[in-house]
Parts: sequence; C-alpha cells; structure tokens
Amino acid sequence: MREKVVLALAVAAAGLLAYNLYQIFMVLPDEAAQGAIYRIIFFHVPAAITGMIGYFVALTLSILYLSSGNLRFDSLAASVVEVSVVFSVVNIVTGSIWARIIWGIWWTWDYRLTSALVCVLIFSAYLMMRRAIEEPTQRARLSAALCIFGCVDVVLVWKSIEWFRTQHPGPVLSIRTGGGRIDPAMEHMIYLNLLAILLLATALVLVRTRQEQTAREIDSLRRLAHAA
Amino acid sequence: MTPDSYTASIPNWVPRERGLASSMRTLRQALSVARKDLAIEFRTKESLNAAGAFAIVILLLFSFAFDPAADATREIGGGLLWLVFAFAGALVFNRGFARELPNECLDALLSSPLSAASLLLGKAMASFVLLLGVELVSMIVFGIFYDMRWWAHPAELAAVFVLATWGIAALGAVFGALTVNLRLRELMLPVIIYPLLIPLLIAAIELTNALFGTQPLTPDQLLWGRVLVVFDIVFTALAFGLAETILVN
Repeated sequence: MREKVVLALAVAAAGLLAYNLYQIFMVLPDEAAQGAIYRIIFFHVPAAITGMIGYFVALTLSILYLSSGNLRFDSLAASVVEVSVVFSVVNIVTGSIWARIIWGIWWTWDYRLTSALVCVLIFSAYLMMRRAIEEPTQRARLSAALCIFGCVDVVLVWKSIEWFRTQHPGPVLSIRTGGGRIDPAMEHMIYLNLLAILLLATALVLVRTRQEQTAREIDSLRRLAHAA
Repeated sequence: MTPDSYTASIPNWVPRERGLASSMRTLRQALSVARKDLAIEFRTKESLNAAGAFAIVILLLFSFAFDPAADATREIGGGLLWLVFAFAGALVFNRGFARELPNECLDALLSSPLSAASLLLGKAMASFVLLLGVELVSMIVFGIFYDMRWWAHPAELAAVFVLATWGIAALGAVFGALTVNLRLRELMLPVIIYPLLIPLLIAAIELTNALFGTQPLTPDQLLWGRVLVVFDIVFTALAFGLAETILVN
C-alpha cells in the first residue's frame, strides 16, 4: 500500500513538474528588468517554503515522539529534516546563481541568505548528531530535543538577522504584500511549482522513512543476534 | 531510580512541595551542584586553565590577522571578544558533564533525589561563573594588548556580559548534557552550539561594540538588549522543560 502511495505521489510530482517546466520555459515571457534569469524564482521560492514547512513538520513530529515514545515519529522527523535540508540547499544554490547574474556576486551577508544558511547548519548538525548515536531510543530522544531547540532558534535567528542587515529583494507573493509586486500568471506558477515540489518532497520523505525503519529493524535484529 | 520514579515512590499522604517551595528546592539543589562543580574546578583548574590560555592565545592570534592599533580593530573589538568567549565556552561545556562520566558519577547524580532540571541548572550556573572569570581575564588582556578603553559604561557592559554569558552557559549546559555520551563529543558540541548561538552573539557583539564607545546607547541598540533577554528566557525555559528528556533515559 505504502509503495503505491509513494508511486502515485512521485508520478503526480513528475507530471506536474513536466507541465510546470513547459509553462516556465515555453509559455511565460521574460521578466522586463531581469530577463530570462528570473525563472529561477519558480524553484528558489518553492524550495525555501518546502524547507521551512519541513522544519516545522519535524518540530511537530519531534513533540509527538516525546509525548508518545513511538519511534515511527522519530523516523519520519529524521526523513523530513533530511529532505528539508536538501531543499534548503537547493534554495541557497539557486539564490546564489540568481545573485551572480543580477548582483554580480555569489553571496552577500543579507539576513535572508544568512538565516537560510544558519537553518541548514542547525539541521545539518541534527543529521550529524543522529549518525553519532547508535542506540535508537537515545538517538530519537536527543534528536527530538535538538529539533525543538533548533526550530525555536530558527525564529530568533530570522528576526535578529533581519534587524541586523537587509539587502535581499522584499517579499513578492501577494499573501505578504497585498499584490502588485508580481504578475498574477507568474505568481500562479510559483504556487503550482510549490505544489509539485511539495509532492516530490512528500514522496522522498516516505521513501526515506521506509529506509530509516528498515535500518532500525536490521539494527535490532543485529543486537538480538549478538545477545543470543 | 530516576527522579520521576523516586517522586512516584513517595506515598500519597506525604505532602508534596508545590509552587514556590518546589522552585526553592530546585534552586537549592542547583546551587549544591554548582558549588560542587566549582569546588572541583578550583582544585583541578582543568577547564579554567585551558579556557583562559585558549582565550589569550586567540587574542594574540587576532593581532596578526588585524592591525591592533587601527581604529577599525576597535570597531570590531566586540566581535573578536565574543568569538573568543564562544570558543573558550566550548572547552568549559565539554568538561561540565564529561567530568561526571568516570565511575558512573552521572548515573549516581541522576539516581539521587536531585531533579534533572536542577542538575542542568547547577551545571549552567557553574559554567556561567567559570566563563565570567575567563571573560574578565580576557577583557584585561584585551585592554592591554589592543589599547581598548572598555570602562566608559561599566554597568551596561556588565549587564550585557551577564545576560549573554548566561545564554551561552544555559545552551552550553543543555548541549553538554546532550552530547556527553556521543562519539566525537568534542567535535559535535561546537558544531551544534555555534549556529544556535548566532542570535545571542549578534546581540552581544552589537551592544559590546556600542558600549566600547563613549556615546550612550540608541533605542535601536537597546533592541539588542531585548534579544538577549528573550534568548535567555526562551532557552532557560526550554532547558528546564526538556531536562528530563535530555538527561534521564
């Protein structure tokens, strides 16, 4: 059943991504000021939103693990963080490529760039820590605690770096600005690609969760064999 | 027996401490842990010597990276200092819980009537005092090496140091506990703690740089004071809330 769900999600994500790519490259016109490079926003913004949603889903799963002790929540949280880190890296890389063309530099210490980097570092530390702990329940417990600290810190990081320095372009989506900053057809495409990327992320999370659970089962069998 | 099971084993007819009495008990237990840690530290001086020497070496190395006489160095003095304190802090936090590992002392502490929250608070208090000591020594060395006059706003500077050091110590105690049984403990602690400390370090650096000058703080700069207070409250509360999860198996 789970394989069928993963397959259905992957097929839906692939189909939607193919349609979106056709629309982005063949139908939508170039942006007036930026030219063709603006198209990177259709991947940059959805990747950022997917990463952020993932971190807060992982927070919820970590709290659920601590309240229930069910290791499925831990496996799911670890998979969600892993996929979110990948999408956050996609967000940073696409942003850097855009910045190189528009600003002439790969990186600037603007608050959004810095905060995105800090998020990747915090949750990379989460993934590194998981690898350093062998015992599954200890790993789950400490990872859940780190995830809670990390998510709370992300909010503080975001606000404090925003006060510190700002250079990144302001928000463009109408839910943040009330409209007028972006053409409705382009905004529609951002949401459509966000849906495609969220479907892809969900499929990846389900595949990784299955791997995590299998790894835990193999580990417990190995322990049983050693104990016997 | 864990503190939870210890409490659960007390018969129902025994009056339980609530509210203020319970808080005072936690504080008393935390002070006992802090006193014990400080007594050990002042006898062995292992973290204090290492962190103090490390701080001075880093301050010396900075003099090769920047021109120590330049005005620009004075403008980034706060940044240099807080980086030194954060690096030196990692040495202190690594030892905080690691010193309880030989002879199963950590298990003994957790089996005692001491609550996990008071153990964590006590460790944070001890680290706070040690780190303040390292900071005081570093400030004197920094004043001499870099010709810094940092006594223009002593009360405000002391408040910034106390608030920022408490934040570092609280987070350091939590992650010292969290990483105590890990492989590569010494490596994992800085990797985890430094990204988490970024909001606090930005606030401390901004305020310290401002207070090194002779002008009073502007309202924009005072905002960073609020960041320090919020960071301290949020992470101390989280540390209390998750102490059992982190320490008790």
